[in-house]
Amino acid sequence: MQKDINNGTDQVPVRSSGTYSNTTATLALAKASFRSIMRSPSAVVFTLAFPLIFILVFGFLGSGGTRIDVGITPESDINNPVIGMLQKTGMIRLVKDKSKDEFDKLLEKGNVDAMIDVHRKVNTAAYSVNVIYTSASRDKGGILKSVLNNLFYDKTLKPTIAEIKESSVKGREYKTIDFILPGQLGFSLLSTGVFGTAFVFLSLRQTLVIKRFFATPVKRSSIVIGEGIARIGFALIGALFIILIGHFFFGFTLVHGVVTVANMLLLAIMGIIVFMGFGFIISGIAKSESMVPPISNIVTLPQFLLSGTFFSIEAFPTWLQPISRALPLTYLNDAMRKVAFEGMGLWDVKFQIMILLIWGIVIYAIAVKVFKWE
Amino acid sequence: METNKAIISVKNLVKKYDDFIAVQDLSFEVYENEIFGLLGPNGAGKTTTLEIIETLRDKTSGEIIVDGFSVDKHPNAIKQIIGVQLQAAGYYPNLNLIELIELFAGLYGAKIKPMEMLEKVNLQDKAKAKYKALSGGQKQRFSIATTLINQPKIIFLDEPTTGLDPQARRNLWDLIIEIRNAGTTVVITTHYMDEAEQLCDRVAFVERGKIIAVDTPDNLIDQLINSGFERKKEVKKANLEDVFINLTGKEWRE
Repeated sequence: MQKDINNGTDQVPVRSSGTYSNTTATLALAKASFRSIMRSPSAVVFTLAFPLIFILVFGFLGSGGTRIDVGITPESDINNPVIGMLQKTGMIRLVKDKSKDEFDKLLEKGNVDAMIDVHRKVNTAAYSVNVIYTSASRDKGGILKSVLNNLFYDKTLKPTIAEIKESSVKGREYKTIDFILPGQLGFSLLSTGVFGTAFVFLSLRQTLVIKRFFATPVKRSSIVIGEGIARIGFALIGALFIILIGHFFFGFTLVHGVVTVANMLLLAIMGIIVFMGFGFIISGIAKSESMVPPISNIVTLPQFLLSGTFFSIEAFPTWLQPISRALPLTYLNDAMRKVAFEGMGLWDVKFQIMILLIWGIVIYAIAVKVFKWE
Repeated sequence: METNKAIISVKNLVKKYDDFIAVQDLSFEVYENEIFGLLGPNGAGKTTTLEIIETLRDKTSGEIIVDGFSVDKHPNAIKQIIGVQLQAAGYYPNLNLIELIELFAGLYGAKIKPMEMLEKVNLQDKAKAKYKALSGGQKQRFSIATTLINQPKIIFLDEPTTGLDPQARRNLWDLIIEIRNAGTTVVITTHYMDEAEQLCDRVAFVERGKIIAVDTPDNLIDQLINSGFERKKEVKKANLEDVFINLTGKEWRE
């Protein structure tokens, strides 16, 4: 930002009170805009509340994976290594303190997925394990079966206490949150960029706030840059908040810690700048505030649904995938996931960044044409 | 008003829209440190003329000099020495008055104490209020405060008293006179002739984009009387507004 007095033809220093600073004006606008955004309920809801709700829902849904309810017959010997090992898998919830009759009914309804009976065999150190599955819950029964098969060579009888040797390489666990959080982050940036920018510029134009600004020496670029700084700042605070909550409460994977966060925030800046471009266009073509939501939804909804926010785009039918692969949010989400989970640097996601850049150029070329000041 | 030095000079101003001429060949001068009224019916071209002088609108032709600066060559120089109150302008949403003044101080590059600006227009009690929560009179006073931030030589007020109750209106007159007495030139538009008569040193009548008369209110009234005009009804020494103020008191209602 240059510090010259005026632009173009206007080079006459006017007052003795010093030179006019575009930087001061830009920062004053950024400060005002930031204060205004922080007090605007819709901005806070779209940027923080919505993504956080989705993260909470998916965080809780997905954190434990599948759960299998297994009833233990009342006669069972609870303090035995078999039950202990079952509990350690983290997948199995043991249901105790019910009579055999009650378990039979629960089994029939599929309210418990299986019933297990463990007895120490007479005069040996071994245990006899008896499992009853139910046809009401075949899937989970199958999972239990394989879990038990992992624990024992033979699920019913084993002469010695089973010893499990885990020989598989412990890979990084790809949790639901690792997929969901970058998507929600992208969604947050998209809605802040599109809705926020469109509403603000339309309302500033309609309430003649911008016209009043034009009666001051402020440059147009200062107005746009000031607004941009405020919105990017707000979006970054939101992004950081989402990342930290995800990391500390839901175990969101940040491979290189702070470096990964910094890379994600840099990607967030690129994303929000592109999305703000959509906002500028919408503020230019919308005739009234009531036209902003429908037009904004045309931009945001397809990206929300098709850009891999909730599901991997590979899950879509093949005819839909080219559409997905044309949308900017797809590439932002993709880059975010690669950076966060695979620990890639920004250079490794240069392809995604390049696509975002192309989108940015196209969008701003249109924005310059359709944006209206008055 | 001994020296009539023009601070604004408008010569042969024309503003054409596609198929409509808003201002045609309009010329007048505003003298330093006077309150100058631009009067005329709606659509006469008052606001258009003001906005062209304020550098907010392009003109089709003509010449405008504001304190030695041409609107064509030095619009930014003009912006720095004028204060503008727009008809029905809003302010940045969600900010309180102090924050709005800070914003404008930044836009003008002026170093001021926001509270002092609010004291000038007697709004210090409303410092933490939002603009939307103000009464009509308070809104206009706040708008005037924002025009004073850059210590302008000229302020433009577009219908500042429209919609105000008599107390708020008189209160605003006092404020405008104070500003003028502090050395600022005031250009004002209004639909209230009693207001123009009391407030303005000189007035110009605009009709269909042309100036049809410029003079002091006194001279204009005398000219009309000399032409043989008579009111149908004998004028009393007080009018209904005097009764209103007398009955409801002079204090501000807000």
